[in-house]
This record gives sequence, structure tokens and C-alpha cells, in this order.
Amino acid sequence: MGCDYTRTALHGYLDGELDATRAAEFERHLEGCRECANTLGAEESLRSSLQRSGLYEHAPISLRKKIRADLDAATAPAIASRIPVWRWFAVAAAILIVASVSWYAWPRLQSSATSSPVTAAEIIDAHIRSLQPGHLTDVASTDQHTVKPWFNGKLAFVPPVKDFTEEGFPLIGGRLDVLNGQDVAALVYARRKHLINVFVWPTKEPDTPIHPPGSRQGYQWVHWRHQGMEFCAVSDVSASDLHELAQLIYQ
Amino acid sequence: MSGSDQGRGSDLLDVQDRARFEQLVLPHLDAAFNLARWLLRSRADSEDVAQEAMLRAYRFFRGFHGGDARAWLLQIVRNTCYTWLEKNRPVELMTEFDEELHPQPSASPEALAIAGDNRDRLNRALETLPPRFREVLVLRELEGCSYKEIAVITSIPIGTVMSALARARQRLQRALTLSPAQEASRGL
Repeated sequence: MGCDYTRTALHGYLDGELDATRAAEFERHLEGCRECANTLGAEESLRSSLQRSGLYEHAPISLRKKIRADLDAATAPAIASRIPVWRWFAVAAAILIVASVSWYAWPRLQSSATSSPVTAAEIIDAHIRSLQPGHLTDVASTDQHTVKPWFNGKLAFVPPVKDFTEEGFPLIGGRLDVLNGQDVAALVYARRKHLINVFVWPTKEPDTPIHPPGSRQGYQWVHWRHQGMEFCAVSDVSASDLHELAQLIYQ
Repeated sequence: MSGSDQGRGSDLLDVQDRARFEQLVLPHLDAAFNLARWLLRSRADSEDVAQEAMLRAYRFFRGFHGGDARAWLLQIVRNTCYTWLEKNRPVELMTEFDEELHPQPSASPEALAIAGDNRDRLNRALETLPPRFREVLVLRELEGCSYKEIAVITSIPIGTVMSALARARQRLQRALTLSPAQEASRGL
């Protein structure tokens, strides 16, 4: 009992960690050593048991969510920080000019109450949540004249609802959702086999163009404000597809 | 890839850091959770510890100079687990790692195959091993780490990874082929 090779080389051989010379040497030894052959057989059996066992434990979704929240807290806010500082100055300057020139046309600008920005992580979470069975739509219809009135009485605003089937983005339906504690309308569009959520909620902030797409974990989002509504479209479709839909809605 | 921008003063990492972290480190969350789960033997505790480890990794991220992100993360996970064990279950860490290896005849491959086909038995056998044996087996057999990676993660010299694995495998074989009564009398 106690072949030296069992201690020195067998496990390295089993694990493919011996260099070619030592591996060949061990193989020659293996032909004549019953003990090593038995041990190797036992170890190989044990290994295949372990690998077939399903003992590997994958991280639960709850953990992924908690980690994402931690990372958010340790990162400068996502959507807000995507907009360069000079743009904020430009926006501020524009507000001042517009406000001083046409005070009455923009009375709501006096209100300085600004809710905290919705972060990209929340948007993506909401998108992922909606893809779970039974969560996608509260009203499933490709007819904008069905979807739009459905929101009546459910929200304090009327989201713009349009079908873009001819442009390759058929309307699938709509639902109510909550982002950052606020009720929002979610419009669902399809793009080939992918789904796009467009979140809409009222805002007092000035209009913006469609911002360049952001990307995270394989999801893309685009964000803009238009005529008192804030929009965020999110999906796993390509950034250019998403931008195309955003332009259709913007018009 | 460089970590040369460590000097930036802010505690908050910026969106570029975040994107890089999500690309390089976050894909190894399963590996992190799996290692924690096997070191702590509890899903609930490992969820907490893996979360803490991931946040620590993020905070240290500017010190990551490229290379093997999985090994880098697992090293942090392992350290976080041991700190947690020292605090919460110090008894588990008292087993001597360097106990003498007593060569024993291997069980027959057939006997092992039968025992190993029973998932619960395999699970229990693995859990009875001291953490330092358990971790090398989990890293090698479940995670598929190389000896070099195991050396980095566990901070043992690469030259001793093979003998650590040899001992761990022998212990696992023994635990697997013990009768249930013997198993019970061994406690942990």
C-alpha cells in the first residue's frame, strides 16, 4: 500500500494539470500499477458523480435584485448622469429664457418641485417583471382605440397611444405599472419576437430630444420628454430599433 | 485594462465603472453564490454573504487590474465567508487542515458510483468535510477552476493544491462510503 505516484501525480493527471512529459510517464506507470489504476477509477467515478449531481447552486433572483440595488446606491444615478453637465446648464439657460419671454405660456415652470429621477435599474426591473407570465398586459389589444380609453379613470393623465404595425412595431397592449412610487402607463410593442415596454408618465420638466440609448445587462433604453410627458422605452432589441420606435412615438 | 485611476477621490463609482463591473464581474455571481453556499452550508446565509461580498468587490473594483475576474471575485467571496464563519460559527474552522494523510485503499469504483448516485448522500458527505477540504472540491469539481485559480482564491501555494485535492477527495470517499450510523456519530 502506498504507491508514491498516488500521492505525487495521480491527481494532477486526473485534473489535466501535468505537463506532457509527466503525463506520459504516469500513463506508462499506470499500465503496471494496479493500485493507481484502481484509485484513478474510483476518483473518476467520484468526479462524474459530483459533476452530474446538480449540486451547483445558482444565485436566486432575489439576490440579483438586492445586488443591483446596492450597486445603484454606490453609483452616481444612471439616467441623470448620462446627460453631460453642460446640457443641464443649457437646459437651465433655456428655462430662464423661455420663462422670462413667455411667462404665461409656461406657468408650470414656476413649480420647482422635481421628483427624484427614475433610474435605469428601475426601468429594467420593471421591464423584466413585465415579461413574467401574466404580467405583460392588463389590456391586450392591437387596437389603439381600445388601449387608450382603457387608461381612462385609471391614471391622472392620458398617455398617447398609437399603433405602429405598418412600421414594424405592432401594439400589443397596455398596463398600469409603478416606477419610483409613481403610477405610470406601460405600452407594450412587439418587434419581431422581442417585446418593448414604453413607460409614460407626466412631467413638469421641459421637453428634451431623444437621448442616446443607454445599455445595461443586454437591455437598451431610450428616454425623452415631450409635451408634458416623460417617456422611457426599454427592451432587448437593438438600440437602433428602439430609437426608431422612439422617433415614431415622438412625432 | 488598468486600475491606474484608483486615485479618483469620490466614493461613488461612476457609470463607466459600473458598466465595466457588470461586464467583467457580475457574470460570476452564480460562482460567488455557489462558493458561499458550500462554505456556509446555508442558502439564506450565503445570500447575505454573497451580497456583502459583491458590494465589497464593487468598492474595491478600481483596484482590480484586469486578469481573471472570476478568481478575483471568488477570493473576496471566500474571505467574506471566512470572516463570517469566524464571527458566527468559529467551531467549524477549528479542524486542522494539515492532518496526516493516512493512505487507505480506495473504495471500488462501483461502490462509489452507487453512493455517488444518491444526491442527498453526496450532498451530506460534502457538507461533512471541513471547509478547507470542501472549498477545493467545490472549486475544482463544481466550478471547474484550474490549480492556478484555486491557489489564487484560497491563498495556498500552487504546489500544494494537488495534495489538498488528494486529501479532500479521500475524505469525501470516506464520508460517502461510511454507513449512515457512522455518519451520524461523526456529527458535523
